Amino acid sequence: MTIIYQSRGLSRRELLRRGAIGAALIISGKAVISPDNAWGLESTALKPDTMATLILMARDTYPHDQLADRYYAIAIKGHDAKAGKDASYRTLLEDGVADLDKRAGSGGYRGLKWEDDRVTILRDVEKSAFFQAIRSDLVVSLYNQKEIWPAFGYEGESYSKGGYIERGFDDIEWL
Amino acid sequence: MAAPYQLNDDRVVVIIGSGAGGGTLGNEIAQKGIDVVILEAGNRIEHEDFINDEWESFAQLAWLDHRTTGGGWRVHKDFPNLPAWIVKAVGGTTTHWAGASLRFQEHEFQDLTHYGKIEGANLLDWPITLADLEPFYAKAEDKMGVTRTNGIAGLPGNNNFKVLKAGADKLGYTECHTGRMAINSADRDDRLGCQQTGFCFQGCKWGAKWSTLYTEIPKGEATGKLEVRPNSHVVKIVHDKTGKVTGVVYADKDGKLHEQKARIVAVAGNSIESPRLLLNSHSSMFPDGLANSSGQVGKNYMRHTTGSVYGVFEKPVHMYRGTTMAGIIRDEAKHDPSRGFVGGYELETLSLGLPFMAAFLDPGGWGRSFSSALDSYSHMAGMWIVGEDMPQEQNAVKLHGELKDQYGMPIPDVWFTDHPNDEAMRNHAYKQGIALYEAVGATRAFPTPPYPSTHNLGTNRMSAKASDGVVNKWGQTHDIKNLFVSDGSQFTTGGAENPTLTIVSLAIRQADHIAKEMAAGTI
Repeated sequence: MTIIYQSRGLSRRELLRRGAIGAALIISGKAVISPDNAWGLESTALKPDTMATLILMARDTYPHDQLADRYYAIAIKGHDAKAGKDASYRTLLEDGVADLDKRAGSGGYRGLKWEDDRVTILRDVEKSAFFQAIRSDLVVSLYNQKEIWPAFGYEGESYSKGGYIERGFDDIEWL
Repeated sequence: MAAPYQLNDDRVVVIIGSGAGGGTLGNEIAQKGIDVVILEAGNRIEHEDFINDEWESFAQLAWLDHRTTGGGWRVHKDFPNLPAWIVKAVGGTTTHWAGASLRFQEHEFQDLTHYGKIEGANLLDWPITLADLEPFYAKAEDKMGVTRTNGIAGLPGNNNFKVLKAGADKLGYTECHTGRMAINSADRDDRLGCQQTGFCFQGCKWGAKWSTLYTEIPKGEATGKLEVRPNSHVVKIVHDKTGKVTGVVYADKDGKLHEQKARIVAVAGNSIESPRLLLNSHSSMFPDGLANSSGQVGKNYMRHTTGSVYGVFEKPVHMYRGTTMAGIIRDEAKHDPSRGFVGGYELETLSLGLPFMAAFLDPGGWGRSFSSALDSYSHMAGMWIVGEDMPQEQNAVKLHGELKDQYGMPIPDVWFTDHPNDEAMRNHAYKQGIALYEAVGATRAFPTPPYPSTHNLGTNRMSAKASDGVVNKWGQTHDIKNLFVSDGSQFTTGGAENPTLTIVSLAIRQADHIAKEMAAGTI
């Protein structure tokens, strides 16, 4: 699976035809595409719809409104690779997502527009092997992305900059 | 010049492990002209190669061999195969430690006398007193360059400390400062002063924090009397018909087994591996394992009563900048049973980077309550609780009944359940910690559960009587004269203090004893 950051070439008209302008992710062939076309995620083992649901499920698990979908997509992509090597793992994920959709009713999991409604479903399945596989991986695969650290005010590596001895280790002013 | 010794050289003292106990003991006896081989299970990674990245560093340094857990502690549920966050590398856990270097309090060597019998606790007085150890504490503090001793200035306070200090003042605590830290506040002993980098737990890339890796070990090697053999994982200690130990069997980096002969063997593999090795070294003469006539090998596993408190503030703190643990409140360290528990606890500044904060904030937790706390990461201050826990016989490092490692040896199975005293202490500390941050204006404060153990203690405990413990007051096993224990597993009880200074002091004292007994020809 590859993460593709360049345009996927969908025209604005095509996007409109799919009714996909807005926040929702778009499924095109084997790929999940962000509506602004900034990135696309090709799936190899999992259904693209499954990937799109996993991306939203990842956001619902660790919701950070300041983070774009692509970080959740990056965090999830390892599952597709693992599913490609392990058929039982692929079944676990496909069945898990199908179960979420079933619990959500006719519009499926992604059809529920309020986080609270989706989280209610996740709370019901949080003990399942499916949910645990996603959550336990996500807590590393999301928060260990250096690209998101600035959004949390975490500065990461500091040795190459000489530590913080001249860079504000004691700069608190409000006390 | 590092001296290479032959496998059949039976004059050497073999030390298993190169951390606070083993690394210090090795240098101390090499300085006395005694030939030493330190066998270290891990790799040799010099400090320039440490990594300022939590997960990468964890992969580089942590002891990740297969282990299992059991009992009522939450670590068993959240990290079933990671009972401890300790290191497998030359320098051992002195690469990872935070540097806090506190002496035990006088009463903490005589718990049974001062606390009395506590139901469910296996309390015992140490066979030594504070007065016995004081001269060695002084030597250790000088060796390690502990701030606020020997005229060494304290470290400057970072942002996280300043929040702690402001809260301590509001609560009326009187003993709050930037700690007694084995981290240079200025250049000393050919090592740099602290550059406030904030990655103490990932190994100090500057070498400002004391670690045997770049102090004791090279100093010992310079005598020509010390060889450190990395990637040498000891699997068994062997003995002769008289019951005297004669050497150790270890696996090299390719898994090939070798036997290194020895005049004396000192075990310093930390409180999980040390008892495991003694138990795995059972023989027809010692069917329950070496030095285990008391049945106490592996028992009384202690890990300190820990936990953390984080506070979120309106304005930024950037707690991760600067020395991680240079901040302490000692007012609660006293023994004051009116609080509803015996013993005491320290409150020390603590910070994790974002990746580890996510992993340890509330293991298994998820949803907005969790993620919104992380959203405030830059506005957070943090502290760690470290208090005395009760030794309990059923808290133990056992040999797993079925699972074996790559050398065919049973893996350790680490059991722990809090004593009611531990829970009462932790709850008191949580309450105080939250009150402290709220006094400074925290908009939110929360307790986080204990992490995998960094202070592993007590599994080969010291006792006056051979029937009560594994080693005598010199760390020499009661059963086998030329077999010693040189790490924190000797601790009879844990005290409220971070254990490294006491481990180092015991190792210096033990070195004197070993040299004296060798000269007298008794071992």
